[in-house]
Amino acid sequence: MAEPKKPITRTPEELEKRRIVGINAETVTDVTSTDFPGHWPGEDHAWDAKKFRDSFQVKIHHLSPLESSFSLIGIDASVANAFRRILIAEIPSLAIETVFVHNNTSIIQDEVLAGRLGLIPLKGNQRGLVDYLKWWRKPNEEEEPGSTSFDYNTIVLALKMECTLNQSAAKGETDPLKKYHHAHVYARDIEFKPFGEQAEHFSGEDAIAPTNPDILVAKLRPGQCIDVEMHAVKGFGSDHAKFSPVATASYRLLPTIKIKKAILGGDAEKFARCFPPGVIGFDKVTKEDEKIEDAGYAGHLGEKKAVVLDTMKDTVSRECLRHEEFQGKVELGRIRDHFIFSVESVGQWDSHDLFLEAVSGLKKKCQILKKNLANMAN
Amino acid sequence: MSREAYQVPTTGTLAPTREAFGAGVGGEGPAINYLCGDCNSKVPLKRGDPIRCKECGHRVLYKERTKRMVQFEAR
Repeated sequence: MAEPKKPITRTPEELEKRRIVGINAETVTDVTSTDFPGHWPGEDHAWDAKKFRDSFQVKIHHLSPLESSFSLIGIDASVANAFRRILIAEIPSLAIETVFVHNNTSIIQDEVLAGRLGLIPLKGNQRGLVDYLKWWRKPNEEEEPGSTSFDYNTIVLALKMECTLNQSAAKGETDPLKKYHHAHVYARDIEFKPFGEQAEHFSGEDAIAPTNPDILVAKLRPGQCIDVEMHAVKGFGSDHAKFSPVATASYRLLPTIKIKKAILGGDAEKFARCFPPGVIGFDKVTKEDEKIEDAGYAGHLGEKKAVVLDTMKDTVSRECLRHEEFQGKVELGRIRDHFIFSVESVGQWDSHDLFLEAVSGLKKKCQILKKNLANMAN
Repeated sequence: MSREAYQVPTTGTLAPTREAFGAGVGGEGPAINYLCGDCNSKVPLKRGDPIRCKECGHRVLYKERTKRMVQFEAR
């Protein structure tokens, strides 16, 4: 006999519990999300734009040109991961691609020097890099070498250094930087050689230059010299890591710490030491606490108890799960749909622009898919 | 080749001596820089010049690196 379907009601606690990934001493539970149609009987989990718009949140924790940290709350892991991957591999940036070695008598070999030069991050006028600079194409076998290089797709840089003895150095000087001229070749010695229309877009403050002027490229001794010309072009991180605009782009899930039973006095202090500073704080046991059943607060009014202050600072080391006295008193977890992003730019882009660029990158992909889906139906 | 068939080359007519390279044309042509194997100083030499460093008298000289441009991919 089929019974009529009863609407199943879930308490807010139950719904909240679904968002938690459980973390035990040796295992991790409930890793996958369950908010898709057909998983929970009697519930409709079909994706809905309005529902998403109402529940999705962005919280910004820290913003600076080179580093930003923000939370995306209420988003699926697949989308958060897509943003991360686009940040690393699909946002274009400028890097040295070909190195023409006229002379190199330093101990660092030509090909190694070329590889090092390629990894130096460059900066320049943002609009010029995004709008003016176009894509460079490697000439094929029938074409002349360099026939595809123009002012709108190639940046020419030069590095010319010769090490000489410093005649005015003190006798017995042992510091090579004082004893010789140009004993160290730094990224700041790279010179931008604008040609064509480039001077209009990249001049003064906006000139192409290494972001980190103090990168050591090579060391020289008197008589050794480096004379190279470099061509920098735009490319994608998926082609080579030197084109990746981020130093790191990663996310982690917000940790949760649930104190289920009283942790008092000296135990509370020990408990706080199991976490990074600022995660666990102390409070006095209140009358309300005493009323909670089976929590162990009864009869301890006014005593010191451990409370959770800021789980954002937690590293989820699980140290507290190793100690006998906290067994069964604490529950660790992570919120499955709370992604704390950390994006560190190498300098060509501002870190907050990078994320917006990643969003528009994903949007473009979706539009292409949508168009192709329409073609499939025909 | 058997040992009997081998003829020792006679000096004077066939084997070129050091003089043969420079004789008659000594001092001509541009001076080419070499590097001393001992003191690393630049030694400009012309045809026929004795192979010897002018600073320290060392007899091992090295050629300079080629001036020809070499292209590398920065990868």
